[in-house]
Amino acid sequence: MHKLLNDSPGEKIMLLGNEAIARGAIEAGVAFATTYPGTPSSEISLNLFQMSQESDLYFEYSTNEKVALEVAAAAANSGLRTFCMMKHVGLNVAADPLMTLAYVGVTGGMVILSADDPAMFSSQNEQDNRYYAKFGNLPMLEPSSVPEAKEMMRYAFDLSEELKQPVLLRTTTRINHSNAFVPFGDMKPRQTKGEFIREPSRCVTVPAVSRQLHVKLLEKMDKAKDICESSDFNPIKGSGKFGIIANGVSLHYALDAVKDLGIEEDTKILRLGFSNPMPEKLIKGFLQDCEKVLVIEEGEAFMEEAVKAFAQEAGLMIPINGKSKTLFSRLSEYDPAMVRGNIASYFGIEYTPKEKLSSDNVPPIPMRPPNLCSGCSHRATFYEVKQAAADMDIICPTDIGCYTLGFLPPLNTGDFVICMGSSVSTSCGFGQATDQKVVSFIGDSTFFHSGITGLVNAVFNDHNFTLVILENGITAMTGHQPHPGVDMERFGLDGFGRVNIEKLVRALGVEHVSVIKPFKVKKSIETIREALEYKGVSVVLSQEPCALYAKSLNLLKPRAFKVSERCVDHKDCVNTIACPSFYIEDGRVKIDADTCVGCAVCAQICPENAITPVKK
Amino acid sequence: METTRLIMVAVGGQGNLLASKVLGEAALISGVQVRMSEIHGMAQRGGVVESAIVFGEATSSIISDGEADILLGFEPSETLRALNRCSKDTKVITNTATLPPFTVSIGKGVYPEVENIKELLKDKCASLVAIDAMALAREAGSPMSVNIVLLGALIESGSLGFTKENVIEAIKRRTKKAFLDKNLNAFELGFVAAQNYNS
Repeated sequence: MHKLLNDSPGEKIMLLGNEAIARGAIEAGVAFATTYPGTPSSEISLNLFQMSQESDLYFEYSTNEKVALEVAAAAANSGLRTFCMMKHVGLNVAADPLMTLAYVGVTGGMVILSADDPAMFSSQNEQDNRYYAKFGNLPMLEPSSVPEAKEMMRYAFDLSEELKQPVLLRTTTRINHSNAFVPFGDMKPRQTKGEFIREPSRCVTVPAVSRQLHVKLLEKMDKAKDICESSDFNPIKGSGKFGIIANGVSLHYALDAVKDLGIEEDTKILRLGFSNPMPEKLIKGFLQDCEKVLVIEEGEAFMEEAVKAFAQEAGLMIPINGKSKTLFSRLSEYDPAMVRGNIASYFGIEYTPKEKLSSDNVPPIPMRPPNLCSGCSHRATFYEVKQAAADMDIICPTDIGCYTLGFLPPLNTGDFVICMGSSVSTSCGFGQATDQKVVSFIGDSTFFHSGITGLVNAVFNDHNFTLVILENGITAMTGHQPHPGVDMERFGLDGFGRVNIEKLVRALGVEHVSVIKPFKVKKSIETIREALEYKGVSVVLSQEPCALYAKSLNLLKPRAFKVSERCVDHKDCVNTIACPSFYIEDGRVKIDADTCVGCAVCAQICPENAITPVKK
Repeated sequence: METTRLIMVAVGGQGNLLASKVLGEAALISGVQVRMSEIHGMAQRGGVVESAIVFGEATSSIISDGEADILLGFEPSETLRALNRCSKDTKVITNTATLPPFTVSIGKGVYPEVENIKELLKDKCASLVAIDAMALAREAGSPMSVNIVLLGALIESGSLGFTKENVIEAIKRRTKKAFLDKNLNAFELGFVAAQNYNS
């Protein structure tokens, strides 16, 4: 049995934040869960996917976050406890349904989780999604620890049902990817079938209806504010003239700092865990007997601005600060020493930070950037496109996935990326705005997510570019989740359909469609060249399973290659494709037989034919 | 228990996340509070994996630069790269077996001399234990046991206050049955190697 399905209240086990969140949903009796995977949220859905295979929980990997939220919205309006999770930028994709679902509300408890990524460990921006709660009028909860993330999940469903409103649970990477002991609670029974009761005056958002719904929404938020004022998730700890208001992980950095600095007697800390709407009375009361207040929150000055406004209304002139050039930044994430230092300087406490070690005599350490895997088919495709376009001035819009790494030397294929699906639509723009040849790259999962609409646009508006769809048969980057093009029988699962990308692309009206097997180098270059020479929209499907995924399924029969005596040391192999199985020993190129998967791309590139299979 | 802050650095695939899990389990068995944070976004693609583990009273789950009490490095150049996490009071334990990054192969960097790395760590930090965990793992029966060899050396340092028995129990609970004998060998070899290094 899956460890998170264990009905053993009181048992304490070490859980990853994302496991604790999944467990919280299970304890709350979640019946319906949808997602599009994205770090740092991916392990929540992975665990729910696994649990759905051994329970009556319904879980789906939806094609994108907008779809996931809409599927979930219907379940939540059929009375089911519903959970929809995504990374922070995923909520941008889902923003359209989000804003109006807030008007419509729900009949079953619904939690939407946004996993924010301060410091951008694995994201393209570090937007602060607390503003979505304010923007869309959604009650919001923000955990400060792993065990609390589980408790908040449980509560979020109750709160949602009380308000008949979706609740936003906002985490950051340091919650999602931290581990701590978590005590299991009891598990509520799951209600897996609901009923939709027609209610057009709530559910059909024509203007006349929505005008009424907006009024009701604001009333719901007034009610949420009343609940928030006395919420246990907004505790005040200690008393004294120094006031600290903190949220999320910053709370613990502040608690540790206050202790380390020995100012526990003088300090009180308000933690806002139920942070939208803001508890106005609670905050105004907190400020009353403070001499000075410091607001500690990663990201934007979300709480600080509200606290300052409340102080103004309450006629308080005390200094309130948080984000400033000498205190906290709007950039990146915080850490205990930074918070300790800023608390000390703001409240005038003596503090000497630990002396930094000198970097004297430390030699430069070679960088270790992430790299496409040994035998990754993307590497072959990038090389072939570069060869096919050797005499062309090309622009390479790329997309979100492992293949974004193609922008690194020596492949240097990746010139523009802003969000999922943007490779296709920006190709339309670059093709029209310049006379350069445009060749863009998108993975299969990303193509389903949001590449299709761009391609429809390209056909309709008669744009001019070549789109290479990197069809590796899985969502590789986030840990091998399925997508609509995947053969689900490989997961041992039935009851799934399958969308054929080639047929889909042809059906969209793309006239020049070709397929390559990227490990056949010469043939692939010829095929790509033909596509590049076509005027209009051409699509090349590069079909080869993700090497890592194939390995995990035992589909890959590695047959290592070696560099033979024929090598005359051009180093073309290393310099052009940079496979991580190459290494240099005594100045000569060698191949690590333990990691080489035998794709034979280097063997086809070597001008001396010096790379040959290792004889068994 | 007072707070002890441990940073572990490794290259993707060296098994430091499993090592964290074993330490977490050992803390549970020993009745010590623990919080851990991992950064492993692109680990599968050959990047650096870092775990921060905070034992004891503190409630934060990450460790600031300069504030690690112990640095456990799975690869010597990565241990050196993590020097900014250390102070003069930090105990350092490192593997000496190298995994040169790919940038070295394509001529975009030079791998530092391991002896030089050891000298620098010894000079700047409180103490150093440097062992060839790869050789010991092979001796134990599996090159995959590098992580457990290093755990042996870590426990030998006594810095975490865990008994050997509790950690062995944690290894039994958290690692695969098929590898248990090899892992227990690996743990013992790491423990003894650290003992010998000091004496």
